[in-house]
Amino acid sequence: MSQEHIVILGNGIAGITTAREIRKRSDHRITVISAESDHFFSRTALMYIYMGHMAYENTKPYEDTFWEKNEIHLERAYVEHVDTENRRLQVSGGRHIEYDKLVLATGSKSNKFGWPGQNLPGVQGLYSLQDLEAMEKYTAGIDHAVVIGGGLIGVEMSEMLHSRGIPVTFLVREKSWMDFAYPPEESAMINDEIRAHGIDLRLGAELERIEADAQGRAARVVTKDGESIPAPFVGLTVGVSPNIDFLKSSGIELGRGIQVDDHLETSAPGVYAIGDCAEVRNPKPGRRPVEPLWYTGRIMGQTLARTLCGEPTAYDPGIWFNSAKFFDLEWQVYGQVPAQLPDDQETLFWQHPKERLAIRINAKKDGGAVTGFQLMGIRYRHEVCHEWLEEGRPIRWVLENLGVANFDPEFYRQYEGDLIRLYNQQHPENPVKHRRRRGLKGLFQLRRAS
Amino acid sequence: MSLWNSLEKLGLALFLLGFGLFLYLGPSPYRLDGEGLQKLIDDGKIYGHHKDLITEEFQPLLNRDYATAHAFLQDADRKITEVNERTDSKIWDYDRGQYLYSLAREASLTPIKGNLTLWFLLTIGLCCVGGLLYFLPRIPQEPAGIKNNGTFFSKVKSRGWIGIGFGVFLIGFYIALYFFPAYITNWIRLADPVSRALRGWDADRWFFYGFLYTITVAVMGVRMMVQYRHSRYHLVRTASVMFFQAGFAFLLPGILEALNRPYFDFKNAWPLNYTFFYDYNLNTYTSSAFGWFLLLWGIGLAFLLVPLFAFFFGKRWYCSWVCGCGGLAETLGDPFRHLSDKSLKAWRVERWLVHSVLVFAVLLTAIVLTNYFTGQNGGEALFAAIKEPVKTTYGFLIGSIFAGVVGTGFYPLMGNRVWCRFGCPLAALLGIIQRFKSRFRITTNGGQCISCGNCSTYCEMGIDVRWYAQRGQNIIRASCVGCGVCAAVCPRGVLRLENGPETGRFNEVSLVQIGQGRIDVT
Repeated sequence: MSQEHIVILGNGIAGITTAREIRKRSDHRITVISAESDHFFSRTALMYIYMGHMAYENTKPYEDTFWEKNEIHLERAYVEHVDTENRRLQVSGGRHIEYDKLVLATGSKSNKFGWPGQNLPGVQGLYSLQDLEAMEKYTAGIDHAVVIGGGLIGVEMSEMLHSRGIPVTFLVREKSWMDFAYPPEESAMINDEIRAHGIDLRLGAELERIEADAQGRAARVVTKDGESIPAPFVGLTVGVSPNIDFLKSSGIELGRGIQVDDHLETSAPGVYAIGDCAEVRNPKPGRRPVEPLWYTGRIMGQTLARTLCGEPTAYDPGIWFNSAKFFDLEWQVYGQVPAQLPDDQETLFWQHPKERLAIRINAKKDGGAVTGFQLMGIRYRHEVCHEWLEEGRPIRWVLENLGVANFDPEFYRQYEGDLIRLYNQQHPENPVKHRRRRGLKGLFQLRRAS
Repeated sequence: MSLWNSLEKLGLALFLLGFGLFLYLGPSPYRLDGEGLQKLIDDGKIYGHHKDLITEEFQPLLNRDYATAHAFLQDADRKITEVNERTDSKIWDYDRGQYLYSLAREASLTPIKGNLTLWFLLTIGLCCVGGLLYFLPRIPQEPAGIKNNGTFFSKVKSRGWIGIGFGVFLIGFYIALYFFPAYITNWIRLADPVSRALRGWDADRWFFYGFLYTITVAVMGVRMMVQYRHSRYHLVRTASVMFFQAGFAFLLPGILEALNRPYFDFKNAWPLNYTFFYDYNLNTYTSSAFGWFLLLWGIGLAFLLVPLFAFFFGKRWYCSWVCGCGGLAETLGDPFRHLSDKSLKAWRVERWLVHSVLVFAVLLTAIVLTNYFTGQNGGEALFAAIKEPVKTTYGFLIGSIFAGVVGTGFYPLMGNRVWCRFGCPLAALLGIIQRFKSRFRITTNGGQCISCGNCSTYCEMGIDVRWYAQRGQNIIRASCVGCGVCAAVCPRGVLRLENGPETGRFNEVSLVQIGQGRIDVT
């Protein structure tokens, strides 16, 4: 394989995974260009810098010497134009960079939907290092803030502001937090968790406009109901979209994002797109064309690196999984657990009577093959759930062996027994026995199974 | 709500008042009178043929006023030197230290002497009550969960001026405790009531230190429990270190002493307990049936229990559940855990340093034992010339400077496990077992890692946990003490401390790799 110059735009998880995986497999020349930061940092950790859990340095997964050691060349530059014809990039300052293969991994930008006042100083989303700096600047000394938009970033921003003792009003359009993605019980638990931390969560509240003060800074938020809330800082967290404006002049086919085929290649030969900015033309069943997600970026990076190193590999994200933490409430999902249960499925849902802990397992009515696990405040083992979903294990078998899936720390109470009791109440004619608790025996069996 | 907040503030005020009074009691004027000198002789504090020499030589010092301990001790030290110049029966360094300590203790005109109980309550008592009042009201004020808000902005926790000041105080305290105890007799005296109750006689510096250590572990253990009250692992583990410190390191040895038995800490294993095989200890152990039991226990602990438990549970059973150094690190040291250096360079230094200390400790013990056995039955003892210098060097460099001054003094500067990570020979030994022959590992949860870095940041041993977690690889590191904080601070439920079969311990399959193709990470 001859040596090629592979240029990667964006040093987030997608771009960096690609670079590292290429380096593991080849001696191609690798250049990673970023306008945002000198080095790769964990975007998911931005909130922790603001909250004082970590310093920026701590969010870098690799030491600064790592890149030179691995011959991954880093450039701090902004790409203005991609010339696919001559395979070269025009970067700010008039310089050009030639490439043999180009990987676009430019991530997202925060959405704005044309509200009056959305561009005022003190109104912003949270995506980049620069956003964090702006947030630091505009929240200094304020006594109230409003966060708008019921997604994960909205909760994170509320948590960030709360950590600095700034009272937060959190406006969410839906009747319950993210009720379009979570079943009502889990959604309600998240509402409760947000409120338990003293956040003024307003459900069913929509933004009308943002008003400025005499200095032209954000001052008040007015809702569609006409309520006016003081807001020297407004977190506008209504989702993200692919960061692709700079490609409009390139001729690369764009939809919502950069359109890619099964091998993550764009309409321009030798140009690929991965991560938040990519739009998969033929997504797998149950998956969205654009998935702005850490895990998706990483899997895409791994896949593309194989293709670029002479082993053409189609993108297959495998079985869906995700996780998050809402204040102190951890959430994990394996497989599909939609808000609306499909007609051919049934659900088993157990919830702790007092604490915010829950387990949900969805399964096919016909044959009982499990289709999804959702955990609130409880940790389950990815490998085990993955395997059971992949094999389509029947729910009764899964329940009998459920102890093996538990991943909570030692000494934690295990609730699999409660879940099984609930199942047996619902199916008294044919009760399930709790056969495998978490423990040594289970571990032996797990190793054999994999 | 504001009631709890006021209690918190009151707690802080009481603590600061107690600590302020403690500092205030450090210095005092000094004045030795004839009566006092005679009392020291009567109590056997000045002994043997030194009695008359010192009585005679110290006459000019009597009833003289000294503003500071230093002025008094300078004169007293000079007098002892003059005694030595006049006689062939010299006062050697050990006795000199004892005499100076006793003289200073007697000569100090500290107000504590007038009302010991009151001053005990006003200093150590206030600090404890204040500390508890400061920590406990947090429970009703905020939900349980990870409490790291503002850690990196803190003047205490992140090398701000308070943190640096606290470090300087600790370093000074340890230097005084180890090398200049005569300067802190007023503080040591504060532990007299407890020492009298437990053993029947006054506190010496080691009793004072042990007592202070134990209540610090207790009060800061309550803090640790409040901080991690959502995690049963941390509640149980913290209770364990508090129990072992109070019971095994403090009460039990005190009771043994009260019963006229040898001082013995049943959990302090060789080679951390490097004096275990010293001749004076061996002589004590072999002189009674109980002594033989202690000897066998100590050997069984070091060569049977420690490795066996390390095989089953990893080194954590010792380092973060039982050990005294670990106990202090996990309680007083918890606010400073993120200050440990995570760089590859620090890891390299760690491996060289900690294993060098282990080699040093083994050599020391080999020399001491060879000397002991070859010297039995009138034979010519080997290593007679180097034994004492080696002992002194180890005791000074490792036992005092590394374990004490640097080990704890540097908490607010380099994190809470400097000694455990870079210096402890037992940790090195346990680490070798944990790395090569153990069922312990930290398992990562498939592909759930988001590389945020909380695990690495809060690893007190400076392990870059994230390096492993993000590639779905088990964490098997010699230095890991199994404190479990990485698993607690992980926002995505990625890490779990586990004991399991050795098969597959290193070669985990990983879901970090592309969906359908599971790939060996090694």
